[in-house]
Amino acid sequence: MLWISTGVFVVVVAMLVRAVLRGRRTNDDLDKRTIGWGEPFIAIAGVLVPVLILGGVYLFSLGQMNALSTVGAEAKMKIDVIGHDWWWEVRYPNGAITANEIHIPVGEVVRLNLTTADVIHSFWVPELQVKQDQIPGHDNSLWISADEPGRYRGQCAEFCGLQHANMVVTVVAEDRDAYDTWVAAEARPASTVASDGADIFMSSSCAGCHAIRGTEATGQLGPDLTHVASRTTIAGVLDNTPTNLARFVADPQTVKPGVTMPPTELSPEEVDAVVQYLESLR
Amino acid sequence: MATIAQRLDAIWGEKPGLLSFIGTVDHKRIGMRYFYTGMLFFVFGGIEALIMRTQLAEARLHLVDPETYNQLFSMHGITMMFLFAMPVLSGFGNYFVPLMIGARDMAFPRLNAFGYWVFLAGGLFMYSAFLVGHAPDDGWFNYLPLGDSTFSPGLNIDYYALGLIFLGISTTGGAINFIVTIFKGRAPGMTLNRIPIFVWGELAMAFQIVFALPMLTLACVMLVLQRKFGFHFFDAAAGGDPLLWQHLFWIFGHPEVYIVVLPAFGIASAIIPTHSRRPMIGYTFIVLAELGTALIGFGVWVHHMFATGLPQMTMAFISAASFMVAIPSGVQVFAWLATMVAGKIRLNTPMLYIIGFITTFVIGGVTGVMFSSIPFDQQTHDSMFVVAHLHYVLFGGAVFPMLAAIHHWGPKMTGRMLSERLGKISFWLVFVGFNLNMFPLHILGILGQPRRTYTYERGLGWDIHNLISTVGAFMLGVGVLVVIWNWYRSKSRGAEAGPDPWGGETLEWATSSPPPHYNFVTVPTVRSKEPVWDQPDLRDGQAPEDGGYALDSGHTTLSTSLLDAQPQAVVHMPHETPWPFYLTVCLSVLFFGLLVDAYAVAAAAAIASAASIMGWFWPRGETQET
Amino acid sequence: MSDTTATLENLRFPEQELPEHVAGTRAFGWWGMVWLIATEATLFAALIASYFYLRFQYGTVWPPGDIAIPTLQLPIVMSVILLSSSIPVHFAESAIKKGKVGGLKLGLAIGFILGVAFLAITFGIEWPEKLGEFTPRTNVYGSLFYTILGFHAAHVIVGLAMNLWAQVRAWKGAFDRDRHLTIQNFTMYWHFVDVVWVFVFSTIYLSPHL
Ligand code: HEA
Ligand code: HEA
Ligand code: HEC
Ligand code: CUA
Ligand SMILES: [Cu+2]
Repeated sequence: MLWISTGVFVVVVAMLVRAVLRGRRTNDDLDKRTIGWGEPFIAIAGVLVPVLILGGVYLFSLGQMNALSTVGAEAKMKIDVIGHDWWWEVRYPNGAITANEIHIPVGEVVRLNLTTADVIHSFWVPELQVKQDQIPGHDNSLWISADEPGRYRGQCAEFCGLQHANMVVTVVAEDRDAYDTWVAAEARPASTVASDGADIFMSSSCAGCHAIRGTEATGQLGPDLTHVASRTTIAGVLDNTPTNLARFVADPQTVKPGVTMPPTELSPEEVDAVVQYLESLR
Repeated sequence: MATIAQRLDAIWGEKPGLLSFIGTVDHKRIGMRYFYTGMLFFVFGGIEALIMRTQLAEARLHLVDPETYNQLFSMHGITMMFLFAMPVLSGFGNYFVPLMIGARDMAFPRLNAFGYWVFLAGGLFMYSAFLVGHAPDDGWFNYLPLGDSTFSPGLNIDYYALGLIFLGISTTGGAINFIVTIFKGRAPGMTLNRIPIFVWGELAMAFQIVFALPMLTLACVMLVLQRKFGFHFFDAAAGGDPLLWQHLFWIFGHPEVYIVVLPAFGIASAIIPTHSRRPMIGYTFIVLAELGTALIGFGVWVHHMFATGLPQMTMAFISAASFMVAIPSGVQVFAWLATMVAGKIRLNTPMLYIIGFITTFVIGGVTGVMFSSIPFDQQTHDSMFVVAHLHYVLFGGAVFPMLAAIHHWGPKMTGRMLSERLGKISFWLVFVGFNLNMFPLHILGILGQPRRTYTYERGLGWDIHNLISTVGAFMLGVGVLVVIWNWYRSKSRGAEAGPDPWGGETLEWATSSPPPHYNFVTVPTVRSKEPVWDQPDLRDGQAPEDGGYALDSGHTTLSTSLLDAQPQAVVHMPHETPWPFYLTVCLSVLFFGLLVDAYAVAAAAAIASAASIMGWFWPRGETQET
Repeated sequence: MSDTTATLENLRFPEQELPEHVAGTRAFGWWGMVWLIATEATLFAALIASYFYLRFQYGTVWPPGDIAIPTLQLPIVMSVILLSSSIPVHFAESAIKKGKVGGLKLGLAIGFILGVAFLAITFGIEWPEKLGEFTPRTNVYGSLFYTILGFHAAHVIVGLAMNLWAQVRAWKGAFDRDRHLTIQNFTMYWHFVDVVWVFVFSTIYLSPHL
């Protein structure tokens, strides 16, 4: 496609150059003769050749489209991906729930069921697949497959408000064994060890928005935090380190201005305790 | 005993003063106002763009907050489409269509005046949103449900919906006016196959407006009903569908982009023969291509929705139509090239801008064709690649021709030549600046940067391309400043243009620069496609025995038949009148009333509007409405 | 050519043979009305298309919820009243084409009364009854129902205003055999409003029965 485009462009520029050169060497008189090659040229260059080229490209692209949809039919694994303002909820059939991070086994075709909890978002991991919108009232889906293990970055493509720019998702492709271990671990409830941090979390507003399976925190507004420490990012954009976590919990609004999560009402000590607790959620 | 010119002066002259300022119905004054106001909005839109570009110059800059950024790109898109491109192109049409077809004025001069006032009021309405800090912030296509009251509770989207309905009144009136003027107002002898191509372009634009704009108006009315009164058209929870908005918007939105580009193609077709010193090759091809684009343009809207999960059959069909729509554009490009190659071009500023137009437009066009391929589009959709495409076609396809027109027709409008030296400087700044500005966005799109992002992460390899783009934008801005300076300089220091500085072929060159209120001393009889080249006697006004019509017994113009332009009637034209202005004031109150839920005020304004319409049509003297 | 700048009192001017008051395709105003109607017709087409789009997106049960399928008795009466109003309006136009101002006034008046009767039934009986059952806020069906009918009713109101205007001007003696563009334009608009009703009626009242 790029070559055809370049070709078209070169032809046009060549003719322009010729026109410019011709213009340079003659006078300003009017020339009203009709030109024999004029209209046939337009018919050929403007209609015939483009029809052939475009027809060819069209058929080729239909073929590609078909190829894309047949591969999808092979998918055995299905994952639900739900868009939220401004993060992604990811649910596996075995009950694992995570956010902003999708693990898939390398080389396998995985189907993503794409829906949204609020406005339109669009799932797009450029290196893996084309994009697909998540629209209220519509059940869309998309298959992905990674040939190489690794991390693939994606970003919401449909404008969805203030933090559209920071609605990031990472697809982690790993071999089957690693994947199986991971998905089994994520499905387990959190190990309940009593701690100051846990108490603060449960008694403050946190638990109203976040769920930690196995505890009394069942909020649905924000990401499930059952295994938050095992993720590689916080809110999709920060590396998951204790410092960053503390920073995010203390003031999410400077990291992602406009997010639903309010600046904390907790004291710095309490934040530290909560962070310590969250860090234990592997 | 007076000469015809003196008699016409007495009949058509507008007395200076307030009444004539708000009441003028002269298509040339109105055209100039469209032009100046539209250019002012271009500067606004450009400043918004420069702020955005500065914010994006580097990763994680904090020049503006996300909300401001969202308002900036939304207002930039809205401004450039609705307050700059359409009005300026209508402005050129307003000024030049009656001149090119040898008429005394537009068919409905008061509607014309009204159209301008409503455009101005609509623009001020939109921009007043910045004063209260609630400008539209959901992009120029305002997808739902983000634009619904749940997610956008402020006035932002109300401004958007009401503002576009308001502006739509102006555009629709203008379109009907163009159609009737071109159908019925042509000089005797200007049969269909002698209509200048620019006029065809404006006609194709007007057709598209008539059939496309109602979709936008309807969508916005539904949106107002949903936001303000709890209706459910786009609300999936109550049986509505957010995709209905997308369909309605794009059935309008795709034709909209051709609404912008077809008259601009017309400008190119007006300039190329003059400066190539030969008649256009393939006139019929071009006319059919313009009309064909207008027609096929209605069948491709779904290509903006390839990622929404529509059935594959629908998409395959629309994909084919999108490939097809490239053909008429190709026809026009090759017709221009053939004319330029066969002729002997003058390499002056208008022609440079035309060359810039052809090169950039072809780049934008071929990226458009790439999008027509569904998998390619699903990859690049809503990425910076789309932003690159849309600027290559919009700036390349519409703004370059406008800049060419400023240098080509400026002398006709002001009577003074623009400086060639400044013109060439501005061209190179604009041309190089534009390509630096927009080309890197293709790469960014492929690399994965979505559009409408107020910032981006470091370390993704996006920084350098963004920086180049920002530098280009400022260079382009300087180029635009040079154009503006050239225009103002010419008005005091430019050389006298005389009636026909370029040796042009169409009728606007057969009258003085700027033309008198009545345009032509006698309305000529046209015998050729290039009347001024083939009928040298036109230059000083054709005598009645040679077929000219003096029409000096009243404030009149000719009505001629649709196909072969046979004279049919003498039509009395209205004089200056303030009623279109009053009506606009009433409508503005009405729309502000709706905006802030002051329904009593709105109702009062609606009654006042009805009264203004009566004032407008109140019979006084001889007018056409009886 | 220099003649045009000289005195020309005794020259013959070609335009002197042309009429100054015309109606129909020779008049600008007639074409203006044609294109106004074209754009309005597109608006209605889009409304009706939206109705069917949303209906088929919605699924099998239509109207949704416990809204009943609209009954036809009253709407048929309304249709008869509105559609029949085109007849007197048509006669009004033909009367003035023959120069008969009396026929014009009478035709306009009857058309006016029928139009008012249509609106009276709409807003006096039909809507109150339906509003008891569902409102525009009930669900998308309600929104479509009232919006489409409301748009049409608004057009009837505009048509009636034009009718009144024409009637007043007729009493002032503005129209005769040659000058009746206003009448022609009004008639065209009124017929348009009636034709649109056929589509609105079929969409809102008939289609749910299918
Ligand atoms: C002036 C405005 C203008 C013009 C003229 C065009 C012209 C075209 N556009 Fe573009 N388009 C926009 C303005 C315009 N567009 C805008 C504003 C958007 C974004 C809206 C938004 O999302 O905000 C958009 C987006 C857009 C999309 C959706 C992208 C996306 O969001 O995913 C698509 C998809 O098909 C598309 C296609 C085309 C095509 C096929 C043409 C064709 O008409 C182009 C035809 C021209 C040529 C091809 C060049 C000349 C031809 C030849 C020299 C002949 C030989 C050529 C070949 C053989 C290839 N456009
Ligand atoms: C006719 C249409 C038109 C035109 C002419 C332009 C012109 C420009 N556009 Fe625009 N643009 C759109 C239509 C247009 N745009 C649309 C429809 C969108 C999509 C919006 C959406 O997503 O909803 C868009 C989106 C858009 C974006 C994407 C935002 C995003 O998705 O995040 C960007 C960013 O770079 C951009 C930049 C520019 C620039 C730099 C120019 C330049 O060409 C502007 C040049 C003009 C000036 C610079 C002003 C004149 C000079 C002065 C005021 C003097 C001062 C100058 C200096 C000090 C140097 N545009
Ligand atoms: C009003 C709702 C709300 C409250 C209260 C709230 N959060 Fe959140 N939280 C969210 C949302 C929404 C997000 C997702 C933000 C985003 O990425 O856009 C989030 C994200 C997070 C994340 C990052 C999750 C991830 O997967 O990357 C952590 C950690 C977190 N919150 C911890 C807390 C803690 C600790 C508290 C209490 C001090 C708290 N939250 C209170 C709504 C809330
Ligand atoms: Cu979610 Cu953009
Ligand atoms: Cu398009």
